Amino acid sequence: MTLEKKLYLSAKGVSKVFGFGNQKTVAVDNVDLDLYEGEVVSIVGESGSGKTTLSKILLGLINQTEGDIYFQGVKRDISSHAKKREYWKNIQAIFQDPFSSYNTFNKIDTVLLDCINMRGGKYFPREKKIELMKEACSFVNLKFEELTNKYPFELSGGQMQRLMIARIFLLKPKILLADEPTSMIDACSRATILDELMHLRKEIGMTIIFITHDIGLAYYVSDKVCIMEKGRFVETGTADSVILTPHHAYTKRLINDVPKIHEEWDLTTV
Amino acid sequence: MKHTLRQIFRSPNFVVGFSIFSLIILTVIIYPIFVPNPPLQIIAQGTFFEPGIYVNTYDSFNAPSYTLKLDGADSKRIASKLNDEDRLAMQEWLVGFGIPENEIDIHDTEALLNLWNTNFDPTKRFPGMTNADRNYFIRLNNSVQGLLSTDPAIIAVTDEETGSLVETDRVQQTDYINVSQVANVRILPLGTDNFGRDVLTELIAATRVSLLIGFVAGIVATLIGLILGLVSGYLGGLVDDVIMFITNLFTVIPSFVLLILISFSIGQDQRGAFTIAVVIGFTSWVWTARAVRSQVISLRNRDHVNLSKLSGHSIVYIIVNDILPYIASYVVMAFILQISSGILAEAGLSILGLGPRTTEVPTLGLMMNWAMIYQAHILGKWWAYFPVIVTIALIAFSMNLMNTGMDQVFNPTLRD
Repeated sequence: MTLEKKLYLSAKGVSKVFGFGNQKTVAVDNVDLDLYEGEVVSIVGESGSGKTTLSKILLGLINQTEGDIYFQGVKRDISSHAKKREYWKNIQAIFQDPFSSYNTFNKIDTVLLDCINMRGGKYFPREKKIELMKEACSFVNLKFEELTNKYPFELSGGQMQRLMIARIFLLKPKILLADEPTSMIDACSRATILDELMHLRKEIGMTIIFITHDIGLAYYVSDKVCIMEKGRFVETGTADSVILTPHHAYTKRLINDVPKIHEEWDLTTV
Repeated sequence: MKHTLRQIFRSPNFVVGFSIFSLIILTVIIYPIFVPNPPLQIIAQGTFFEPGIYVNTYDSFNAPSYTLKLDGADSKRIASKLNDEDRLAMQEWLVGFGIPENEIDIHDTEALLNLWNTNFDPTKRFPGMTNADRNYFIRLNNSVQGLLSTDPAIIAVTDEETGSLVETDRVQQTDYINVSQVANVRILPLGTDNFGRDVLTELIAATRVSLLIGFVAGIVATLIGLILGLVSGYLGGLVDDVIMFITNLFTVIPSFVLLILISFSIGQDQRGAFTIAVVIGFTSWVWTARAVRSQVISLRNRDHVNLSKLSGHSIVYIIVNDILPYIASYVVMAFILQISSGILAEAGLSILGLGPRTTEVPTLGLMMNWAMIYQAHILGKWWAYFPVIVTIALIAFSMNLMNTGMDQVFNPTLRD
């Protein structure tokens, strides 16, 4: 199956080292990653395992110390602003903390208009821009009329994260890097947001890299799972094979650490 | 934004500081409209005239006179004419005459004159009293009696043909004039300075120029500091290293020494108020640059900056839209402090004689310099320097209060 699919993004021997000498920290250590069209790949690991650093390297926000990144089979070139802009048309991200993801001085309209501009809609008539924004908002069950002329901090965390998905809807990137998009959100909104994300994936045929510390969540959404420990991929494989038959000790530990309600309280007796 | 402004104006520190500052600004703007005299015009022939209302004597003779019979007018007149030296001489004679010293109150004019009139005898001599002393006391007695006389003063003009005096008018001791009917009255609330200029007019012009110097210096310093801080903080790497090297160079050299050296090398002729302001600004941007840099470093890896990058914005757009608004409050606070330290730096520089050249505009520092050179502080001419000190202190105080008030709003942990 995978052989027929197109290789979208691949990382070969990527490392990132912060500091030098005694202060040296290896955040990402010789990571290989292949991402095929339409896949959902989860990168799972505990805090400080280098997931976010890897995602920033893949996004091109920070430079790797070693290794190369290939985009659609060609070595990635983001040396100039124009090239970066071109790259970011194809790869976009949703960040962990919705509260710090927005510039508090810009209105919500600005956030969405930026996306329309990026997709070449800068000289669209005003009505068309509003039409597009309305469409994006209704896709994530938000009302554009309620959001326009408001500032991001006037929204709830769930609404902010949904607005982030609306942003992706407008941008229609080939690859989406979701960096723990639900970790700051309550359980109810979490399911809605995941569903909206998966709905969006079907709608525009996106490839998703899902970064999370929650292995259950990874199993729920992904085709392929990579387990990351101290900057290294310790286990990679399809979701079923990694979660159901774990080989590495760290993977087993992660799976055992998932809280299991039924063992603690027997709900059937209540 | 509106909310923050409302909070700032609720902070008592800020409100007090802002009121003082706006009062100063309003005075500076409004006073020249009502008193349009040139501030550096020399009006007084002589130095350090005391504060007061100056009534033209010649005009007051020509003004219509009114007769008022007021109790105590005579004793007041005598009291004002009898100086301390005369009073002490009278006391000396009376003590020699045998009156105990503690019974004589030289400040009670009436009692002193009574004692004098009842006891003085020109023929009396005490041991150790010379003829010269005796003549002095007789002269003193004559002048005291002259004070007590109720004869009118005669105003006379010289007859052009004969050269003799011709009486034109008599001024009785009960004659009064209404000040509002005198053609020329000049109020000098703060007297005149060493050159004979009106201190108040000069002070207000000087405050205006000093505030402008402070503003220009603050703008120059803040602009340099802001741009260098933003660039070095956001770009990092080699640019950061170079800019920080220059900044550290400026940090280790005390800025006031640098200020003195630069303004000395510019030369007296080239030193206008504007040049001095730019020089002050050029030597005081260092701390703004360092502070802005550290703020930018903490901001540049935030998610909203990353999001802006992902939206394809350019570096300039990101710096202006995603970094600058977050440090704006800090920069405004630094700007206010720069203004007040700019005014203080100008004052310090001018006291040393390295301020703006003295022929065009007064500044607060120059007024201090003039007062110091002409020894106003030794001569006790407080009006030449004390109002200047108060003005400088008020400006610096109000600015610092505003700064503290804003600090409490922007850094809520400092709120008490």
